[in-house]
Amino acid sequence: MERINFRKIFLNEKVIVSMVSILVSLVVAAIVIIFIGKSPLVAYSALFYGAFGTKEAIIDNLMKASPLILTGLAVGFGFRAGLFNIGANGQVIMGALLATYVGTQVEGDPFYLSIPLVIMAGMIGGALWAGIAGWLKAYRGAHEVITTIMLNYVAIYISNYVVNGPFQAPGGVPKSPAIAYAAQFPNIMTVGATSLSTILFVSLAAVVVIYIIIQKTTIGYEVKAVGTNPYAAEYGGISIGKNVVLAMMISGALAGLAGTTQVVGVYGRYFGALGGTMGFDGITIALIGQNDPVGIALAAFLISSIRTGSNQMQIAGVPKDMVTIIQGIIIFLVAANRIFKTMKFYRKRKEVEI
Amino acid sequence: MEKKQDYSQYAVVMEKITKRFPGVIANDGVDLFVKKGEIHAIIGENGAGKTTLMSQLYGLIRPDSGKIYINGKETVIKDPNDAIKSKIGMVHQHFMLVERLSVVENVVLGSEPVNGPFFAANRARKAVMELSKNFGLIVNPDSIIEDLPVGMQQRVEIIKVLYRGAEILILDEPTAVLTPQETDELFSILKNLKAQGKTIIFITHKLHEVMAVTESVTVMRLGKVTGIVKTNETNSRELAKMMVGRDVLLTVEKGEAKAGNDVLKVKDLHVRENRGIEAVKGLSLTVRTGEIVGIAGVAGNGQTELTEALTGLRKVESGQIFFKDVDITNASAKKRRAMRMGHVPEDRLKHGLIKTFPIYYNFILGEHDYPEFSDGLFLRIDKIREFSEELVKRFDVRPPKIDLLGSNLSGGNQQKVIVAREIAFNPILMIISQPTRGLDVGAIEFIHKTIVSMRDNGVGILLISMELEEIFSLSDRILVIYEGQIMGEVAPKSTTTEEVGLMMAGHKLQDLQQEV
Repeated sequence: MERINFRKIFLNEKVIVSMVSILVSLVVAAIVIIFIGKSPLVAYSALFYGAFGTKEAIIDNLMKASPLILTGLAVGFGFRAGLFNIGANGQVIMGALLATYVGTQVEGDPFYLSIPLVIMAGMIGGALWAGIAGWLKAYRGAHEVITTIMLNYVAIYISNYVVNGPFQAPGGVPKSPAIAYAAQFPNIMTVGATSLSTILFVSLAAVVVIYIIIQKTTIGYEVKAVGTNPYAAEYGGISIGKNVVLAMMISGALAGLAGTTQVVGVYGRYFGALGGTMGFDGITIALIGQNDPVGIALAAFLISSIRTGSNQMQIAGVPKDMVTIIQGIIIFLVAANRIFKTMKFYRKRKEVEI
Repeated sequence: MEKKQDYSQYAVVMEKITKRFPGVIANDGVDLFVKKGEIHAIIGENGAGKTTLMSQLYGLIRPDSGKIYINGKETVIKDPNDAIKSKIGMVHQHFMLVERLSVVENVVLGSEPVNGPFFAANRARKAVMELSKNFGLIVNPDSIIEDLPVGMQQRVEIIKVLYRGAEILILDEPTAVLTPQETDELFSILKNLKAQGKTIIFITHKLHEVMAVTESVTVMRLGKVTGIVKTNETNSRELAKMMVGRDVLLTVEKGEAKAGNDVLKVKDLHVRENRGIEAVKGLSLTVRTGEIVGIAGVAGNGQTELTEALTGLRKVESGQIFFKDVDITNASAKKRRAMRMGHVPEDRLKHGLIKTFPIYYNFILGEHDYPEFSDGLFLRIDKIREFSEELVKRFDVRPPKIDLLGSNLSGGNQQKVIVAREIAFNPILMIISQPTRGLDVGAIEFIHKTIVSMRDNGVGILLISMELEEIFSLSDRILVIYEGQIMGEVAPKSTTTEEVGLMMAGHKLQDLQQEV
């Protein structure tokens, strides 16, 4: 066995870039807080207390992080294959819808049958929805950014139609019927109005599985080859089209899984606006996590923490929009680092070539 | 304090130049003395520090220490503008021309003559014509760059430098892209420039060129100067020894080919290039086992498209390709590889290597899903590492660390990785394109030996190269390609570079023989 190199793990450039970006954003936000006449110390301690101060806060925090890990992985996996999947939102919706439908049809089945069925359905829903964009890219040359954005709208309108019509449960709000009890994920604990659901383990398992796919499998090898140098991949007999579709489907499956965890672990049914912004948050998280599965999990937790804590900060008198500023600056810095690196690369290349 | 030297007879003196890059000393106390009005060669293997040295003279990078004297006066060159002010000009290896603009527009770009706010096209044209006439650099001033052959484009680069008033010209590997005829023409231009008092510094690694046009030579190896000699007091063998620090086989030692059955047959092949224009126009050829068939030609005459069609990376328009008597015209790259067709691609960074992959990943590209390396789902990483360790040793890849990324290796070692990979799966047919482009003498020797030993093991080899010397020293038969067609077949022993050069310029072999 190889010795684990801690220096390599903790002091590599990616980790440093993300860490520095986070610190700088906190400092900049602190300056903004001073400008609006508040104390950053008060604001940040409220933020921290709000995120970690009580059991409820921690549970809320973990439940927010859970789907974000999945959408982060979805976008990050796409990036690994050189694909920019902006359509995680649509895939979340389609996955959740299909999972809900299957969940309502498994009444009476034991949990060991119904839970896998529902999970599968959710992943297939997301995978197929993303697969459309993958196929259009691979065989029709349509750029995935355009097609996934458009498919987001299609998904939203489909879900609006379905939960207001053929798949609507009685009652005023647009929502689906409840899914079978045996298909719902149990809670680990409940404190007040918040429950810690076992869906958290689904997200953590996905981190491990995606890590293994990327690092240890032939699929990961091919996807990375296509993502970093499609010419060399083609030379090596790796089908670009097949891998674009496959990577897009895996990405979509993860997003679909994110939607599924919400219906089986949080709401027990499909609610009108289920998608929210978690698909777009996935982009942020993949960027901060630098497309690394573990990094993505940590980034998702960071984002969920500042969001969970923001209410407490608002109570302390600092607007919760401050969180958006922090998040924006982090992304700006992480992205700027890439621009900087690209510039350095070209300058270096110039030196070498000339 | 050292005594102040009198450098007035020198156009350029670089004294104890040291330049460090992270992890390497590119120039280590390098001295360079170039007399006024001479043609001075700087030779050395790739990575010897030649281009780094010249980049410092031209102000692209700053030395860490050392001094530069121009015409005897100590000069600090901070950037190319300073260099131009000191009347230094540089013609880069990769031309810096705007393809869509005309010759005149390219020459004056950045210092255009103007009438008030308007571009003085006529004056610019006149100035270019004058330079062109004075220095024998014949080129049509109104041609668009992309319509010109490479040799002409190079002239434009030289005119551009002269237009900025250069007295000292640096040429970085100027002959790499030229035909023998174009090279001869370049040499007469250089002699002409010299006759008019210009000083020329000429970077190369081709020894016969050094012998042909230069007066003195600075030899570099591993960032240091290993020899400063007068050309007429030395010879190629001695220079080669100084370059690599040991004797080098300049010609490849090989026995007679024992050619066997046909392994590759191409019949009336037509292939289009990216813009849809036909690039290979009815080409036929045969390669037998145990022989090396060389395809000579100037870059851009359909070699790339031919190679890609043969290896399954480009669609064939019409015609047929047979490999071991199986029609593979429409077979995928994967299928051809499975039938044991190897391919050393022309552009190693584009096709051959994934720079962000570690070496051990690069060693299995194309075979990553073979049972040796994968159980179907998981990569057999232990097996892959073991296999890679062995290849790194066998092919002397340096540094021998399989965890390094492809981008961490020098060009020569990247090429070794590719060749090693292609040999390791025992091909019956190898399509080898530009195997030694940009490599140093040591690496070239190694690659050449490897190719010959493959041939002796019965592999059929199609060698596509723009280096005529390489074609001559390796091939058992030479085919010359021009505009997508074969101009004729010759045997290396019974032909001359002149004859092949003429065929490369579009003369058919029959016509040449009729003239004789």
